Amino acid sequence: MLSYILRRVVNYVVLTFLATVCAYMLTSAFMDPTRRYQGRNPPLDPESITRTVDELGVNPDVPVLERTGAWLHRLVTEGSFGRTIHQTDVLTEMVARAGVSLRLLVVGSVLAAVLGVALGVWGAVRQYRAADSVITYASYVLIATPTFVGGVVLMILATRFNAAVGEQVIRFTGAYTPGVPPEFWPRLADTVSHMLLPTIALTLFGAAAYSRYQRSMMLDVLNADYIRTARAKGRTRTSALWRHGVRVAVIPMTTYFAYSFGTLLAGSTFLEVVFSWNGMGQFTIDAVTQSDVNAATGAVFFAAVLVLISSTLSEILYAALDPRVRS
Amino acid sequence: MSTPDVRVLPGGEPGPGPGAEGPGPRRRRPAASPGTSRAAMVQRRLRSMPRFWVGASILVLMVLWALFGNIPNIYGPADQDPFALSQAPSLQHWFGTDRIGQDLYAQVNSGLRKSLVIGLFAGLLGTAIAAVVGSVAGYLGGKVETVIVWFINFLLVLPAFYILLLFAPALRGLSWVAIIGIVALFSWMVTAQVVKAQTKSLRDREFVKAARFMGLSTPVIIARHILPNVASLLIVDATLGVVGAILAETSLSYFGLGVQPPDVSLGTLLAAGTPGAVTRPWVFVFPALALVLTLTATSIMADALRDAIDPTSGAGRA
Repeated sequence: MLSYILRRVVNYVVLTFLATVCAYMLTSAFMDPTRRYQGRNPPLDPESITRTVDELGVNPDVPVLERTGAWLHRLVTEGSFGRTIHQTDVLTEMVARAGVSLRLLVVGSVLAAVLGVALGVWGAVRQYRAADSVITYASYVLIATPTFVGGVVLMILATRFNAAVGEQVIRFTGAYTPGVPPEFWPRLADTVSHMLLPTIALTLFGAAAYSRYQRSMMLDVLNADYIRTARAKGRTRTSALWRHGVRVAVIPMTTYFAYSFGTLLAGSTFLEVVFSWNGMGQFTIDAVTQSDVNAATGAVFFAAVLVLISSTLSEILYAALDPRVRS
Repeated sequence: MSTPDVRVLPGGEPGPGPGAEGPGPRRRRPAASPGTSRAAMVQRRLRSMPRFWVGASILVLMVLWALFGNIPNIYGPADQDPFALSQAPSLQHWFGTDRIGQDLYAQVNSGLRKSLVIGLFAGLLGTAIAAVVGSVAGYLGGKVETVIVWFINFLLVLPAFYILLLFAPALRGLSWVAIIGIVALFSWMVTAQVVKAQTKSLRDREFVKAARFMGLSTPVIIARHILPNVASLLIVDATLGVVGAILAETSLSYFGLGVQPPDVSLGTLLAAGTPGAVTRPWVFVFPALALVLTLTATSIMADALRDAIDPTSGAGRA
């Protein structure tokens, strides 16, 4: 089993590397960093523009393959992703921003998975009863709502709530309040207050999608003969559902978790932008809109590594749940 | 999925496997038993599912509104009324106006139409790709499967939305039709994985073996025996795919990377409405309502359809 997982990890690492290189080539081919410097008044000296993009290694006049080679060489020899068009180091910038994003993503995705599986199983077991209907309709509405719309609606509600209480209980602009005393408790309270809305949004959106799939899988399992057999041999309904039902119905979910992680990542990207967090989400959107090749590649690398980790975790979970994989 | 034999036969009759295929190519169903055909069963189940009709009616109404809703309105989506800037909904402007006096009713109408067209085509195209790739990989196995899985994993290492983001600057010069292709091209992978897994479990079942030993060709087996058995999954997914494609389009447009002016979509309208959402709610609420209402109705319809098609989870289940 260990060798199986190791093999998968090596596979994913190779894929991540290839994906990052492909992302660099893609962005190099499609983005034109000089556009940022053109059309200014007074116009910039063309030579200084060329010098700037040459220094960054993103001159669109140099063939893509040549630039990719230089970029790879620098990545391997110096371990550097180059500099952004604002002349900061891409890696340093990413390390500084990753913490905020990871906090939201990890908390949000774990809560979403747990809530989604629980609601899905519950809905399947209580099919067509009141609880199932409520969960079902709530998740329909949530799946149909883009994360940024949900974010804005939560902000409007929070503004109302704060106005009703008469105090700024929920803070939703930025990841923290500048000037909060550096002691542990005020910091924690401030962070939690800022995290509240984005985390609620991310959890609800993730859980809505997960619960649909989980309910669907669980319904298929509930009809299986082995559940009837388990009941016939004397297991209680609850025991049969847990030992034979949920365990089987969760197996396909582990694959779904890994591959829907990208959706959560995109969702958290939007939420970061909507709630003005200065995390990787803003970094990514900025990089793309400003045609910043090096920064965009860095953002893709960050996303690819996160997907790699989540895929590996889901492989381990899959192997732990499904005995067929282990042999 | 536990009683596939009910569903594998093309005609849908739960009869003895090989015999029911029949020697005659133009075998006709007796008119006296309309209730046993697959379509009739689905129809009968749908009749007892009010939520299907609720979802479908809302969706049809929204589509009709998107197509013909602006006829009674004297303003077009691009018209500006310089005497009504940032006005609340009134008899003159039913959904109010934005900062430059454009009529929001006409804009939401036009935006919904664009979003619907993009979503419908991109969603269906994505699911079709997923069904073909997933079932072929799962059924053939071996080298084909390895290559396809590797390719899917490769595409999945980058979250689809990131690839969309990277492509978006290149799309700026192209029309909104390019968005359909791009969204479809990067939205089939997850479904293909699930279809592949389901196909693998079906491959060794008796009815598929029987079909194989009878000498049916691989495309026929996949089309007649594999795909009908993953149909419930595909239908749920095609519909969720339409929902997902509209969401992808609105998200891209929200960040200025999708539909470009002078075209409007719900995404560009939501983006324009966000800054004033708290003080002038109508600029945000109407596009948001149109979007959420349409997509919710679509999801509800899909779910009812799933229950109607899948006999093992149907309303008749104890």
